Amino acid sequence: MHVLRIVPFLLIPLLSVAQDDLLGELESQAGPLTVPVEATFKSTRIINGHSVETMKRNHLDFRISHRFGRLNSGAYELFGLDQATLRLGFEYGLTDNLMVGVGRSSEQKAYDFFAKYRVLQQTTGARTVPVSVTLFGSTVVRTIRSFIPGEAQRSFQDKLSYTGQVLIARKFSERLSLQLSPTYLYRNQPELPADDRLLLAVGIGGRYKLSKRVSLNGEYFWTARDAGSTSLPYYNSMAVGVDIETGGHVFQLHFTNSLGMIEKQFIGETLGTWGKGDIHYGFNISRTFSLEKKSKQNPVGW
Amino acid sequence: MNKYLSIYLLLLVLSWGLPQPVLAQSKLYATAAGQTSFFSETPAENISAVNKKTQALLNTTTGELAIRITMRDFDFPNKLMQEHFNENYVESDKYPTATFRGKVNQTIDYSQNGTYPVSATGQFTVHDVSQNRTLQGQLTIKDNTLTLSSDFDVALTDHKIDVPKIVFMKIAQVIQVKARYQLTPYTRP
Repeated sequence: MHVLRIVPFLLIPLLSVAQDDLLGELESQAGPLTVPVEATFKSTRIINGHSVETMKRNHLDFRISHRFGRLNSGAYELFGLDQATLRLGFEYGLTDNLMVGVGRSSEQKAYDFFAKYRVLQQTTGARTVPVSVTLFGSTVVRTIRSFIPGEAQRSFQDKLSYTGQVLIARKFSERLSLQLSPTYLYRNQPELPADDRLLLAVGIGGRYKLSKRVSLNGEYFWTARDAGSTSLPYYNSMAVGVDIETGGHVFQLHFTNSLGMIEKQFIGETLGTWGKGDIHYGFNISRTFSLEKKSKQNPVGW
Repeated sequence: MNKYLSIYLLLLVLSWGLPQPVLAQSKLYATAAGQTSFFSETPAENISAVNKKTQALLNTTTGELAIRITMRDFDFPNKLMQEHFNENYVESDKYPTATFRGKVNQTIDYSQNGTYPVSATGQFTVHDVSQNRTLQGQLTIKDNTLTLSSDFDVALTDHKIDVPKIVFMKIAQVIQVKARYQLTPYTRP
């Protein structure tokens, strides 16, 4: 029968209803998404310098950072462990993109105040943004009484210094992230009279994840000091280390030629050099607390 | 020609002539704002998260049910945990969604208001690992709005989600899940 030959074609509409791909329909409903690239770095610091990461809204980061003495100080000093330099910090996310922090370093008895704002978030998917960009600004006041002769005559203004940074980072893959950190550093009164008030620098840093919870980090700051200032005893800062993340804590263990943990100190006043073994062992411990209200934590009444 | 066959063919031709949306009408119910939440309870720490953008689609004619959960839309009170959840546990970059594709086991008159115990059997996929599951729940019908709810457990090992030993104590091996979906009539665009 001729008519029967077209029966299979007539069945098509019924079949298409029966073989409904509901899941596929949901997927097309959702459409292409723009996905933010998160966790470029595990912490708000790569090692000494700031990373593009900021604390999320209503989250508090309590940081304890140590740098010990120089490894080349020998067994008598237990390779530097007898001396410790400390920075304590409280850092808080006002919004998901804006954080503020305050810290106190034992080195120079310095207080630092900073703000950090993420202006661009790397994304993939429907709308692609290739990099994350975060602005960083800080003011440091050094309060030590007898750091150098003539300190007593210094005014409060003289004890201030300022840092501005544009942090640009890209997470190239799940494992590899790199960051460029152009830096502006201005000291109202440099520690050494021969030094300039203004210092420009460029930092380069990165991380390579060895496993889900451990990454290898490196960082270098190149300073734009002119040839005339070679009499200064300062070196460029370099650091290598590992990040270990365990739930609410991030442990950063590292070796660096810098003693200070704030920009003014490690970018501008690094006295050690890797070549002579002036290396400090150090660590940062970061503990994050969520200050969200309890009611928000149990959205379905658990 | 057989009389019944010709009637059948006539019906087929007629149905073929009808536009698809007319055929599909009032058979589909959907939401894009379903709530899926989970809870992990250990002596050390309680962790909860909620996803308020769960998609669900139910064909009341066939009983077919599809659910799609975007992992990144789980909202944790602690954003560090959220980051770890996405980065280390469910690996949201590689496996962005969890899905359920199944069928409601009961025959229900969806035009009758009321509350019915229901179950759905099908494939539940998390972290790209599928399990055949029958999920128990409740269906409430009120004026053409269907509310599906289900409480069920998900064992991390069933979906090859690794918890490192160092945080082993803080994350339960079996996660309690609550789903609340309010579905309204849906027509294909």
